[in-house]
Amino acid sequence: MSRVGVVAWNTFREAVRDRVLYNLVFFALLMMCAAILVGQISIGIEQMVIVSLGLSAISVIGLLMAVFIGVGLVSKEMDKRTLYALLAKPVRRWEFLLGKFGGLLLTLGINTAAMAAGLFAALYYVKHSLERADGIALVAIYFILLKLALVVALALLFSCYTTPLLAILFTAGLYVSGLFVNEMRGLHSETMAPAVQALLRGLSYILPNFENFDVMASAAHARHIPGMLILQNTAYAVLYCTIVLTAAAVIFSRRNLK
Amino acid sequence: MTDAAIRIENLTKDYPYGFLHLKTKRSLEGLTMRVEDGEVFGFLGPNGAGKSTTIKLLVGLIFPTAGTAYILGKPISDIAMHQDVGYLPEQPYFYDYLTATELLDYFARIHNLKAAGRRDRVARMLKKVGLETARKIQLRKYSKGMLQRVGLAQAILHDPRVVILDEPMSGLDPLGRREVRDIILELKREGRTVLFSTHILSDAEMLCDRVGVIAGGTLRGVGAPDEIVGIKAHGMEILFEFAGENAAAAALLGKATRTGNRYRLQVDEGELYATLEQLRSAGARILSVAQIKASLEEYFMHLIAADRAQAAAVDVSGK
Repeated sequence: MSRVGVVAWNTFREAVRDRVLYNLVFFALLMMCAAILVGQISIGIEQMVIVSLGLSAISVIGLLMAVFIGVGLVSKEMDKRTLYALLAKPVRRWEFLLGKFGGLLLTLGINTAAMAAGLFAALYYVKHSLERADGIALVAIYFILLKLALVVALALLFSCYTTPLLAILFTAGLYVSGLFVNEMRGLHSETMAPAVQALLRGLSYILPNFENFDVMASAAHARHIPGMLILQNTAYAVLYCTIVLTAAAVIFSRRNLK
Repeated sequence: MTDAAIRIENLTKDYPYGFLHLKTKRSLEGLTMRVEDGEVFGFLGPNGAGKSTTIKLLVGLIFPTAGTAYILGKPISDIAMHQDVGYLPEQPYFYDYLTATELLDYFARIHNLKAAGRRDRVARMLKKVGLETARKIQLRKYSKGMLQRVGLAQAILHDPRVVILDEPMSGLDPLGRREVRDIILELKREGRTVLFSTHILSDAEMLCDRVGVIAGGTLRGVGAPDEIVGIKAHGMEILFEFAGENAAAAALLGKATRTGNRYRLQVDEGELYATLEQLRSAGARILSVAQIKASLEEYFMHLIAADRAQAAAVDVSGK
Protein backbone atom coordinates (compact mmCIF):
# COMPACT_ATOMS: atom_id res chain seq x y z
CA MET A 1 0.00 0.00 0.00
CA SER A 2 1.35 3.45 -0.83
CA ARG A 3 1.98 5.95 1.95
CA VAL A 4 -1.12 7.88 0.90
CA GLY A 5 -3.12 4.69 1.26
CA VAL A 6 -1.62 3.93 4.68
CA VAL A 7 -2.54 7.40 5.99
CA ALA A 8 -6.00 7.16 4.40
CA TRP A 9 -6.70 3.78 5.99
CA ASN A 10 -5.62 5.09 9.39
CA THR A 11 -7.88 8.14 9.01
CA PHE A 12 -10.80 5.83 8.24
CA ARG A 13 -9.90 3.63 11.22
CA GLU A 14 -9.86 6.71 13.47
CA ALA A 15 -13.34 7.71 12.32
CA VAL A 16 -14.66 4.21 12.96
CA ARG A 17 -13.07 3.98 16.41
CA ASP A 18 -14.28 7.45 17.32
CA ARG A 19 -17.78 6.09 16.61
CA VAL A 20 -18.41 8.57 13.81
CA LEU A 21 -20.51 6.00 11.96
CA TYR A 22 -23.00 5.95 14.84
CA ASN A 23 -24.88 8.64 12.91
CA LEU A 24 -26.21 5.76 10.83
CA VAL A 25 -28.39 4.74 13.74
CA PHE A 26 -30.05 8.17 13.66
CA PHE A 27 -30.52 7.90 9.90
CA ALA A 28 -31.99 4.40 10.19
CA LEU A 29 -34.47 5.57 12.84
CA LEU A 30 -35.45 8.55 10.68
CA MET A 31 -36.04 6.36 7.64
CA MET A 32 -38.03 3.78 9.64
CA CYS A 33 -40.30 6.44 11.13
CA ALA A 34 -40.77 8.12 7.74
CA ALA A 35 -41.57 4.84 6.01
CA ILE A 36 -44.13 3.80 8.61
CA LEU A 37 -45.75 7.24 8.62
CA VAL A 38 -45.85 7.56 4.83
CA GLY A 39 -47.15 4.00 4.54
CA GLN A 40 -50.11 4.93 6.73
CA ILE A 41 -50.92 8.18 4.93
CA SER A 42 -50.55 6.64 1.46
CA ILE A 43 -51.77 9.45 -0.77
CA GLY A 44 -49.56 8.72 -3.74
CA ILE A 45 -46.58 10.79 -2.74
CA GLU A 46 -44.66 8.05 -0.92
CA GLN A 47 -41.75 8.10 -3.34
CA MET A 48 -41.39 11.87 -3.28
CA VAL A 49 -41.47 12.12 0.51
CA ILE A 50 -39.11 9.23 1.17
CA VAL A 51 -36.58 10.25 -1.52
CA SER A 52 -36.63 13.94 -0.55
CA LEU A 53 -36.31 13.19 3.14
CA GLY A 54 -33.65 10.53 2.61
CA LEU A 55 -31.52 12.63 0.27
CA SER A 56 -31.80 15.67 2.54
CA ALA A 57 -30.70 13.61 5.53
CA ILE A 58 -27.80 12.07 3.57
CA SER A 59 -26.72 15.54 2.48
CA VAL A 60 -27.00 17.20 5.91
CA ILE A 61 -25.33 14.35 7.82
CA GLY A 62 -22.57 14.16 5.20
CA LEU A 63 -22.01 17.93 5.30
CA LEU A 64 -21.78 17.97 9.09
CA MET A 65 -19.24 15.17 8.99
CA ALA A 66 -17.26 16.73 6.13
CA VAL A 67 -17.00 20.11 7.84
CA PHE A 68 -16.47 19.09 11.44
CA ILE A 69 -14.12 16.18 10.80
CA GLY A 70 -12.50 17.90 7.80
CA VAL A 71 -11.33 20.97 9.72
CA GLY A 72 -9.71 18.74 12.32
CA LEU A 73 -7.83 16.57 9.85
CA VAL A 74 -4.63 18.61 10.09
CA SER A 75 -5.17 20.94 13.05
CA LYS A 76 -6.01 18.10 15.44
CA GLU A 77 -2.82 16.28 14.47
CA MET A 78 -0.83 19.47 15.02
CA ASP A 79 -2.47 20.26 18.36
CA LYS A 80 -1.97 16.74 19.68
CA ARG A 81 1.46 16.53 18.04
CA THR A 82 0.68 13.11 16.57
CA LEU A 83 2.04 14.53 13.33
CA TYR A 84 5.60 14.93 14.60
CA ALA A 85 6.60 11.28 14.57
CA LEU A 86 4.92 10.78 11.21
CA LEU A 87 6.47 13.71 9.35
CA ALA A 88 9.93 12.74 10.60
CA LYS A 89 9.51 9.60 8.49
CA PRO A 90 9.86 9.46 4.72
CA VAL A 91 6.42 10.96 4.11
CA ARG A 92 5.99 14.01 1.95
CA ARG A 93 3.59 16.52 3.35
CA TRP A 94 1.34 16.34 0.30
CA GLU A 95 1.17 12.56 0.76
CA PHE A 96 -0.07 13.11 4.30
CA LEU A 97 -2.70 15.62 3.13
CA LEU A 98 -3.88 13.41 0.30
CA GLY A 99 -4.08 10.47 2.70
CA LYS A 100 -6.18 12.44 5.16
CA PHE A 101 -8.45 13.61 2.32
CA GLY A 102 -8.79 10.06 0.98
CA GLY A 103 -9.46 8.65 4.44
CA LEU A 104 -12.30 11.03 5.18
CA LEU A 105 -13.71 10.52 1.70
CA LEU A 106 -13.66 6.76 2.28
CA THR A 107 -15.50 7.29 5.58
CA LEU A 108 -18.08 9.52 3.92
CA GLY A 109 -18.41 7.08 1.00
CA ILE A 110 -19.14 4.12 3.27
CA ASN A 111 -21.45 6.21 5.44
CA THR A 112 -23.32 7.46 2.38
CA ALA A 113 -23.53 3.97 0.88
CA ALA A 114 -25.05 2.66 4.11
CA MET A 115 -27.55 5.53 4.19
CA ALA A 116 -28.39 4.93 0.51
CA ALA A 117 -29.14 1.30 1.36
CA GLY A 118 -31.43 2.53 4.15
CA LEU A 119 -33.17 4.91 1.78
CA PHE A 120 -33.87 2.15 -0.76
CA ALA A 121 -35.04 -0.19 2.00
CA ALA A 122 -37.54 2.47 3.14
CA LEU A 123 -38.61 3.03 -0.47
CA TYR A 124 -39.17 -0.71 -0.92
CA TYR A 125 -41.18 -0.82 2.31
CA VAL A 126 -43.64 1.85 1.14
CA LYS A 127 -43.84 0.86 -2.55
CA HIS A 128 -43.41 -2.92 -2.13
CA SER A 129 -41.22 -2.84 -5.25
CA LEU A 130 -38.35 -0.93 -6.81
CA GLU A 131 -38.35 0.39 -10.40
CA ARG A 132 -35.60 1.35 -12.77
CA ALA A 133 -36.54 5.05 -12.37
CA ASP A 134 -35.77 4.83 -8.64
CA GLY A 135 -32.14 4.49 -9.68
CA ILE A 136 -32.13 8.25 -10.33
CA ALA A 137 -31.77 8.67 -6.57
CA LEU A 138 -28.40 6.96 -6.96
CA VAL A 139 -27.26 9.79 -9.26
CA ALA A 140 -28.38 12.31 -6.66
CA ILE A 141 -26.43 10.41 -4.00
CA TYR A 142 -23.36 10.40 -6.28
CA PHE A 143 -23.68 14.18 -6.65
CA ILE A 144 -23.91 14.53 -2.87
CA LEU A 145 -20.66 12.58 -2.60
CA LEU A 146 -18.99 14.89 -5.14
CA LYS A 147 -20.21 17.87 -3.14
CA LEU A 148 -18.84 16.36 0.06
CA ALA A 149 -15.46 15.80 -1.60
CA LEU A 150 -15.34 19.51 -2.42
CA VAL A 151 -16.32 20.49 1.10
CA VAL A 152 -13.65 18.18 2.59
CA ALA A 153 -11.01 19.69 0.28
CA LEU A 154 -11.99 23.20 1.40
CA ALA A 155 -12.06 22.23 5.08
CA LEU A 156 -8.62 20.66 4.68
CA LEU A 157 -7.27 23.80 3.02
CA PHE A 158 -8.46 26.01 5.89
CA SER A 159 -7.32 23.44 8.43
CA CYS A 160 -3.77 23.89 7.14
CA TYR A 161 -3.38 27.48 8.21
CA THR A 162 -6.06 28.59 10.63
CA THR A 163 -7.83 27.58 13.82
CA PRO A 164 -10.60 24.95 13.69
CA LEU A 165 -13.26 27.52 14.56
CA LEU A 166 -12.26 29.87 11.75
CA ALA A 167 -11.89 26.92 9.41
CA ILE A 168 -15.49 25.90 10.17
CA LEU A 169 -16.68 29.46 9.53
CA PHE A 170 -14.74 29.77 6.26
CA THR A 171 -15.84 26.37 4.97
CA ALA A 172 -19.48 26.92 5.91
CA GLY A 173 -19.34 30.44 4.45
CA LEU A 174 -17.98 29.17 1.16
CA TYR A 175 -20.56 26.39 1.07
CA VAL A 176 -23.45 28.79 1.58
CA SER A 177 -22.13 31.28 -0.99
CA GLY A 178 -21.58 28.38 -3.37
CA LEU A 179 -25.32 27.68 -3.26
CA PHE A 180 -26.03 31.06 -4.84
CA VAL A 181 -23.39 31.13 -7.55
CA ASN A 182 -25.84 31.08 -10.48
CA GLU A 183 -27.86 33.94 -8.95
CA MET A 184 -24.66 35.89 -8.42
CA ARG A 185 -23.69 35.41 -12.04
CA GLY A 186 -27.04 36.50 -13.40
CA LEU A 187 -27.52 39.45 -11.09
CA HIS A 188 -28.32 42.66 -13.00
CA SER A 189 -29.55 45.77 -11.32
CA GLU A 190 -29.77 49.39 -12.40
CA THR A 191 -28.88 50.57 -8.92
CA MET A 192 -25.80 48.38 -8.54
CA ALA A 193 -22.45 49.85 -9.57
CA PRO A 194 -20.93 48.10 -12.62
CA ALA A 195 -17.74 47.41 -10.64
CA VAL A 196 -19.72 45.52 -7.99
CA GLN A 197 -21.57 43.56 -10.67
CA ALA A 198 -18.25 42.66 -12.30
CA LEU A 199 -16.85 41.62 -8.93
CA LEU A 200 -19.84 39.39 -8.22
CA ARG A 201 -19.60 37.89 -11.67
CA GLY A 202 -15.89 37.21 -11.18
CA LEU A 203 -16.56 35.67 -7.76
CA SER A 204 -19.24 33.44 -9.20
CA TYR A 205 -16.59 31.76 -11.34
CA ILE A 206 -14.09 31.42 -8.50
CA LEU A 207 -16.44 30.20 -5.77
CA PRO A 208 -17.30 26.49 -5.76
CA ASN A 209 -20.61 25.98 -7.52
CA PHE A 210 -22.66 23.76 -5.23
CA GLU A 211 -25.91 24.52 -7.01
CA ASN A 212 -25.05 22.21 -9.89
CA PHE A 213 -24.89 19.24 -7.53
CA ASP A 214 -28.47 19.67 -6.34
CA VAL A 215 -30.74 17.33 -8.31
CA MET A 216 -32.93 16.39 -5.38
CA ALA A 217 -36.16 17.54 -7.07
CA SER A 218 -35.45 15.47 -10.19
CA ALA A 219 -34.68 12.42 -8.07
CA ALA A 220 -37.81 12.87 -5.94
CA HIS A 221 -39.98 12.94 -9.07
CA ALA A 222 -37.90 10.26 -10.84
CA ARG A 223 -37.07 12.66 -13.67
CA HIS A 224 -34.22 11.83 -16.03
CA ILE A 225 -30.82 13.40 -15.28
CA PRO A 226 -28.72 13.96 -18.44
CA GLY A 227 -25.48 12.02 -18.72
CA MET A 228 -23.68 15.22 -19.71
CA LEU A 229 -24.50 16.75 -16.32
CA ILE A 230 -23.02 13.71 -14.58
CA LEU A 231 -19.85 14.03 -16.66
CA GLN A 232 -19.68 17.79 -16.18
CA ASN A 233 -20.16 17.63 -12.41
CA THR A 234 -17.58 14.86 -12.07
CA ALA A 235 -14.99 16.82 -14.05
CA TYR A 236 -15.79 20.00 -12.12
CA ALA A 237 -15.43 18.31 -8.72
CA VAL A 238 -12.18 16.58 -9.69
CA LEU A 239 -10.67 19.79 -11.07
CA TYR A 240 -11.80 21.96 -8.16
CA CYS A 241 -10.58 19.43 -5.57
CA THR A 242 -7.22 19.21 -7.37
CA ILE A 243 -6.78 22.99 -7.27
CA VAL A 244 -7.82 23.29 -3.62
CA LEU A 245 -5.67 20.34 -2.51
CA THR A 246 -2.68 21.72 -4.42
CA ALA A 247 -3.09 25.04 -2.61
CA ALA A 248 -3.35 23.18 0.71
CA ALA A 249 -0.20 21.20 -0.08
CA VAL A 250 1.73 24.37 -0.98
CA ILE A 251 0.69 26.07 2.28
CA PHE A 252 1.27 23.01 4.45
CA SER A 253 4.65 22.17 2.93
CA ARG A 254 5.98 25.54 4.13
CA ARG A 255 4.41 25.43 7.54
CA ASN A 256 6.62 25.22 10.63
CA LEU A 257 5.28 22.82 13.26
CA LYS A 258 5.74 24.40 16.66
CA MET B 1 37.96 13.53 6.22
CA THR B 2 34.93 11.19 6.27
CA ASP B 3 31.53 12.81 6.39
CA ALA B 4 30.01 13.08 9.84
CA ALA B 5 26.77 11.29 10.70
CA ILE B 6 25.26 14.73 11.34
CA ARG B 7 26.85 17.88 9.98
CA ILE B 8 25.25 21.20 10.86
CA GLU B 9 26.40 24.36 9.11
CA ASN B 10 25.47 27.81 10.32
CA LEU B 11 21.91 26.76 11.14
CA THR B 12 19.76 29.72 12.10
CA LYS B 13 16.08 29.90 12.96
CA ASP B 14 13.91 32.96 13.44
CA TYR B 15 10.30 32.69 14.56
CA PRO B 16 7.91 35.42 13.50
CA TYR B 17 5.61 36.85 16.15
CA GLY B 18 3.16 39.69 16.66
CA PHE B 19 -0.27 40.16 15.09
CA LEU B 20 1.03 40.43 11.53
CA HIS B 21 4.10 38.29 12.13
CA LEU B 22 6.28 41.23 11.22
CA LYS B 23 8.66 40.88 14.15
CA THR B 24 11.01 37.96 14.53
CA LYS B 25 12.67 36.28 17.46
CA ARG B 26 15.93 34.41 16.90
CA SER B 27 15.73 30.98 18.43
CA LEU B 28 18.93 29.54 17.01
CA GLU B 29 22.00 31.49 15.97
CA GLY B 30 24.49 30.16 13.41
CA LEU B 31 24.82 26.67 14.86
CA THR B 32 27.76 24.73 13.41
CA MET B 33 28.73 21.32 14.74
CA ARG B 34 29.32 17.67 13.84
CA VAL B 35 28.18 14.42 15.34
CA GLU B 36 30.52 11.61 14.31
CA ASP B 37 29.41 8.22 13.11
CA GLY B 38 28.69 5.80 15.95
CA GLU B 39 28.93 8.26 18.80
CA VAL B 40 26.40 9.16 21.46
CA PHE B 41 26.12 12.92 21.49
CA GLY B 42 24.29 14.80 24.22
CA PHE B 43 22.74 18.11 23.42
CA LEU B 44 22.56 20.05 26.65
CA GLY B 45 20.96 23.29 27.57
CA PRO B 46 18.33 24.86 29.79
CA ASN B 47 14.71 25.15 28.66
CA GLY B 48 14.35 27.47 25.68
CA ALA B 49 18.04 27.16 24.78
CA GLY B 50 17.36 25.97 21.21
CA LYS B 51 17.75 22.19 21.62
CA SER B 52 14.31 21.22 20.37
CA THR B 53 14.50 23.83 17.62
CA THR B 54 17.72 22.24 16.35
CA ILE B 55 16.23 18.76 16.48
CA LYS B 56 13.02 19.83 14.72
CA LEU B 57 15.12 21.45 12.02
CA LEU B 58 17.11 18.24 11.59
CA VAL B 59 14.02 16.07 11.15
CA GLY B 60 12.22 18.52 8.89
CA LEU B 61 9.39 19.64 11.17
CA ILE B 62 10.47 23.27 10.82
CA PHE B 63 12.56 25.01 8.19
CA PRO B 64 15.78 26.97 8.68
CA THR B 65 15.96 30.72 8.20
CA ALA B 66 19.59 30.27 7.15
CA GLY B 67 22.19 27.54 7.01
CA THR B 68 21.72 23.85 6.41
CA ALA B 69 22.49 20.43 7.80
CA TYR B 70 23.33 17.00 6.46
CA ILE B 71 22.53 13.62 7.89
CA LEU B 72 24.63 10.77 6.54
CA GLY B 73 25.68 13.10 3.74
CA LYS B 74 22.14 13.90 2.61
CA PRO B 75 20.70 17.39 3.06
CA ILE B 76 17.85 17.59 5.57
CA SER B 77 15.54 18.78 2.79
CA ASP B 78 15.96 15.40 1.06
CA ILE B 79 13.05 13.12 1.91
CA ALA B 80 15.30 10.04 1.42
CA MET B 81 17.30 11.15 4.45
CA HIS B 82 14.38 10.12 6.71
CA GLN B 83 14.79 6.47 5.75
CA ASP B 84 17.93 6.27 7.88
CA VAL B 85 16.81 8.48 10.75
CA GLY B 86 14.74 7.60 13.79
CA TYR B 87 13.12 10.36 15.85
CA LEU B 88 11.47 10.48 19.23
CA PRO B 89 9.59 13.77 19.81
CA GLU B 90 9.60 15.50 23.18
CA GLN B 91 6.70 14.26 25.32
CA PRO B 92 5.51 11.99 22.53
CA TYR B 93 1.83 11.54 21.83
CA PHE B 94 0.47 9.06 19.35
CA TYR B 95 -2.91 8.04 17.93
CA ASP B 96 -4.55 6.96 21.15
CA TYR B 97 -7.22 4.86 19.45
CA LEU B 98 -4.49 2.43 18.29
CA THR B 99 -2.78 -0.31 20.23
CA ALA B 100 1.03 -0.36 20.38
CA THR B 101 1.11 -3.15 17.80
CA GLU B 102 -1.18 -1.24 15.44
CA LEU B 103 0.85 1.96 15.82
CA LEU B 104 4.13 0.23 15.05
CA ASP B 105 2.53 -1.62 12.15
CA TYR B 106 1.28 1.73 10.81
CA PHE B 107 4.77 3.24 10.96
CA ALA B 108 6.29 0.06 9.50
CA ARG B 109 3.95 0.41 6.50
CA ILE B 110 4.97 4.06 6.18
CA HIS B 111 8.58 2.83 5.98
CA ASN B 112 7.50 0.35 3.30
CA LEU B 113 8.64 -2.63 5.36
CA LYS B 114 7.64 -5.86 3.64
CA ALA B 115 4.60 -7.68 5.01
CA ALA B 116 6.60 -10.86 5.63
CA GLY B 117 8.95 -9.35 8.20
CA ARG B 118 6.70 -6.60 9.51
CA ARG B 119 4.86 -8.54 12.17
CA ASP B 120 8.07 -10.06 13.47
CA ARG B 121 9.86 -6.69 13.52
CA VAL B 122 6.99 -5.06 15.43
CA ALA B 123 6.97 -7.87 17.99
CA ARG B 124 10.76 -7.62 18.45
CA MET B 125 10.63 -3.87 18.99
CA LEU B 126 7.85 -4.16 21.56
CA LYS B 127 9.89 -6.78 23.38
CA LYS B 128 12.95 -4.57 23.25
CA VAL B 129 11.15 -1.70 24.98
CA GLY B 130 9.34 -3.99 27.42
CA LEU B 131 5.82 -3.54 26.09
CA GLU B 132 5.14 -7.12 25.04
CA THR B 133 2.37 -7.64 27.54
CA ALA B 134 0.73 -4.26 26.82
CA ARG B 135 0.83 -4.63 23.05
CA LYS B 136 -2.94 -5.06 22.67
CA ILE B 137 -3.93 -2.15 24.91
CA GLN B 138 -5.03 1.12 23.31
CA LEU B 139 -2.48 3.90 23.77
CA ARG B 140 -5.05 6.10 25.54
CA LYS B 141 -4.61 3.78 28.53
CA TYR B 142 -0.81 4.07 28.53
CA SER B 143 1.18 5.89 31.21
CA LYS B 144 3.70 8.57 30.25
CA GLY B 145 6.56 6.13 30.64
CA MET B 146 4.86 3.57 28.41
CA LEU B 147 4.25 6.22 25.73
CA GLN B 148 7.93 7.13 25.91
CA ARG B 149 8.83 3.50 25.37
CA VAL B 150 6.47 3.06 22.44
CA GLY B 151 7.97 6.29 21.08
CA LEU B 152 11.43 4.74 21.30
CA ALA B 153 10.17 1.61 19.58
CA GLN B 154 8.80 3.61 16.62
CA ALA B 155 12.06 5.57 16.42
CA ILE B 156 14.18 2.44 15.95
CA LEU B 157 11.60 0.28 14.18
CA HIS B 158 13.10 0.70 10.72
CA ASP B 159 16.68 0.02 11.83
CA PRO B 160 17.94 3.60 11.37
CA ARG B 161 21.65 4.47 11.43
CA VAL B 162 21.00 7.78 13.17
CA VAL B 163 18.62 8.09 16.14
CA ILE B 164 17.54 11.52 17.34
CA LEU B 165 15.79 11.69 20.69
CA ASP B 166 14.28 14.87 22.08
CA GLU B 167 14.35 14.78 25.89
CA PRO B 168 13.98 10.98 26.06
CA MET B 169 14.21 10.90 29.86
CA SER B 170 11.86 13.76 30.62
CA GLY B 171 9.00 12.88 32.92
CA LEU B 172 10.23 9.36 33.59
CA ASP B 173 10.70 7.80 37.00
CA PRO B 174 14.19 6.47 37.92
CA LEU B 175 13.34 3.01 36.60
CA GLY B 176 12.06 4.41 33.32
CA ARG B 177 15.18 6.56 32.95
CA ARG B 178 17.37 3.55 33.51
CA GLU B 179 15.48 1.59 30.84
CA VAL B 180 15.91 4.41 28.34
CA ARG B 181 19.62 4.66 29.24
CA ASP B 182 19.99 0.93 28.60
CA ILE B 183 18.33 1.26 25.21
CA ILE B 184 20.64 4.15 24.25
CA LEU B 185 23.67 2.09 25.32
CA GLU B 186 22.39 -0.82 23.26
CA LEU B 187 21.99 1.45 20.24
CA LYS B 188 25.59 2.53 20.72
CA ARG B 189 26.75 -1.08 20.93
CA GLU B 190 24.92 -1.72 17.67
CA GLY B 191 27.01 1.04 16.08
CA ARG B 192 24.25 3.59 15.64
CA THR B 193 24.74 7.31 16.06
CA VAL B 194 22.58 8.77 18.80
CA LEU B 195 21.88 12.47 19.31
CA PHE B 196 19.73 13.25 22.29
CA SER B 197 18.80 16.41 24.07
CA THR B 198 18.47 16.58 27.79
CA HIS B 199 18.78 18.80 30.77
CA ILE B 200 19.36 15.87 33.08
CA LEU B 201 23.09 16.23 33.29
CA SER B 202 23.93 13.00 35.07
CA ASP B 203 22.40 11.08 32.15
CA ALA B 204 24.59 12.97 29.69
CA GLU B 205 27.70 12.37 31.79
CA MET B 206 26.89 8.69 31.98
CA LEU B 207 26.02 8.08 28.32
CA CYS B 208 27.74 10.55 26.06
CA ASP B 209 30.99 10.35 24.15
CA ARG B 210 30.66 14.07 23.59
CA VAL B 211 28.24 16.80 24.55
CA GLY B 212 27.35 20.12 23.04
CA VAL B 213 26.16 22.86 25.35
CA ILE B 214 23.70 25.38 23.96
CA ALA B 215 22.27 28.41 25.72
CA GLY B 216 20.33 31.37 24.36
CA GLY B 217 20.33 29.83 20.87
CA THR B 218 24.12 29.79 20.68
CA LEU B 219 26.46 26.83 20.95
CA ARG B 220 28.79 27.37 23.91
CA GLY B 221 31.08 24.41 23.52
CA VAL B 222 31.47 20.86 22.24
CA GLY B 223 33.63 18.13 23.68
CA ALA B 224 33.83 15.19 26.04
CA PRO B 225 31.79 15.90 29.18
CA ASP B 226 34.93 16.41 31.31
CA GLU B 227 36.65 18.53 28.63
CA ILE B 228 33.72 20.83 28.13
CA VAL B 229 33.35 21.56 31.77
CA GLY B 230 37.08 21.79 32.27
CA ILE B 231 36.78 19.46 35.21
CA LYS B 232 39.49 19.95 37.77
CA ALA B 233 39.41 18.71 41.28
CA HIS B 234 38.90 21.75 43.42
CA GLY B 235 39.21 20.16 46.81
CA MET B 236 38.55 16.97 48.72
CA GLU B 237 35.53 15.87 50.68
CA ILE B 238 35.89 13.72 53.78
CA LEU B 239 32.92 11.85 55.17
CA PHE B 240 33.35 10.67 58.73
CA GLU B 241 31.49 9.59 61.85
CA PHE B 242 32.19 11.15 65.20
CA ALA B 243 30.43 10.86 68.52
CA GLY B 244 31.29 12.69 71.71
CA GLU B 245 33.46 15.78 72.20
CA ASN B 246 37.08 16.55 71.52
CA ALA B 247 38.68 19.96 71.93
CA ALA B 248 41.37 19.25 69.31
CA ALA B 249 38.75 18.34 66.69
CA ALA B 250 36.37 21.19 67.59
CA ALA B 251 37.75 23.55 64.94
CA LEU B 252 37.34 20.94 62.20
CA LEU B 253 33.87 19.94 63.37
CA GLY B 254 32.88 23.58 63.24
CA LYS B 255 33.72 23.71 59.51
CA ALA B 256 31.93 20.43 58.71
CA THR B 257 28.30 19.87 57.78
CA ARG B 258 26.63 17.57 60.26
CA THR B 259 23.87 14.99 59.68
CA GLY B 260 23.30 12.98 62.86
CA ASN B 261 26.65 11.48 63.77
CA ARG B 262 28.00 11.95 60.26
CA TYR B 263 30.08 14.90 59.14
CA ARG B 264 31.01 16.11 55.67
CA LEU B 265 34.14 18.23 55.53
CA GLN B 266 35.70 19.97 52.52
CA VAL B 267 39.44 20.67 52.57
CA ASP B 268 42.16 21.66 50.09
CA GLU B 269 44.05 18.77 48.56
CA GLY B 270 47.32 19.85 50.31
CA GLU B 271 45.67 19.70 53.72
CA LEU B 272 44.09 16.28 53.24
CA TYR B 273 46.55 14.05 55.06
CA ALA B 274 47.02 16.42 57.99
CA THR B 275 43.26 16.69 58.41
CA LEU B 276 42.82 12.93 58.23
CA GLU B 277 45.48 12.51 60.90
CA GLN B 278 43.76 15.05 63.15
CA LEU B 279 40.41 13.30 62.74
CA ARG B 280 41.93 9.88 63.36
CA SER B 281 43.63 11.11 66.54
CA ALA B 282 40.35 12.58 67.75
CA GLY B 283 38.70 9.17 67.34
CA ALA B 284 36.66 9.88 64.21
CA ARG B 285 35.79 7.00 61.88
CA ILE B 286 36.64 7.93 58.28
CA LEU B 287 33.95 6.65 55.91
CA SER B 288 35.10 8.03 52.55
CA VAL B 289 37.38 10.53 50.86
CA ALA B 290 36.41 11.89 47.41
CA GLN B 291 37.54 14.55 44.95
CA ILE B 292 35.26 17.54 44.54
CA LYS B 293 34.74 18.18 40.80
CA ALA B 294 32.83 20.85 38.97
CA SER B 295 29.75 19.11 37.60
CA LEU B 296 27.96 19.87 34.36
CA GLU B 297 25.30 21.34 36.55
CA GLU B 298 27.70 23.94 37.91
CA TYR B 299 28.88 24.65 34.37
CA PHE B 300 25.29 25.18 33.36
CA MET B 301 24.61 27.50 36.22
CA HIS B 302 27.75 29.42 35.37
CA LEU B 303 26.59 29.84 31.75
CA ILE B 304 23.15 31.02 32.74
CA ALA B 305 24.56 33.43 35.32
CA ALA B 306 26.95 34.81 32.67
CA ASP B 307 24.04 35.28 30.24
CA ARG B 308 22.01 37.10 32.87
CA ALA B 309 24.94 39.33 33.77
CA GLN B 310 25.47 40.16 30.09
CA ALA B 311 21.77 40.90 29.60
CA ALA B 312 21.79 43.14 32.68
CA ALA B 313 24.90 44.97 31.38
CA VAL B 314 23.22 45.59 28.02
CA ASP B 315 20.11 46.77 29.78
CA VAL B 316 22.05 49.20 31.96
CA SER B 317 24.15 50.54 29.09
CA GLY B 318 20.95 50.86 27.05
CA LYS B 319 19.51 53.14 29.71
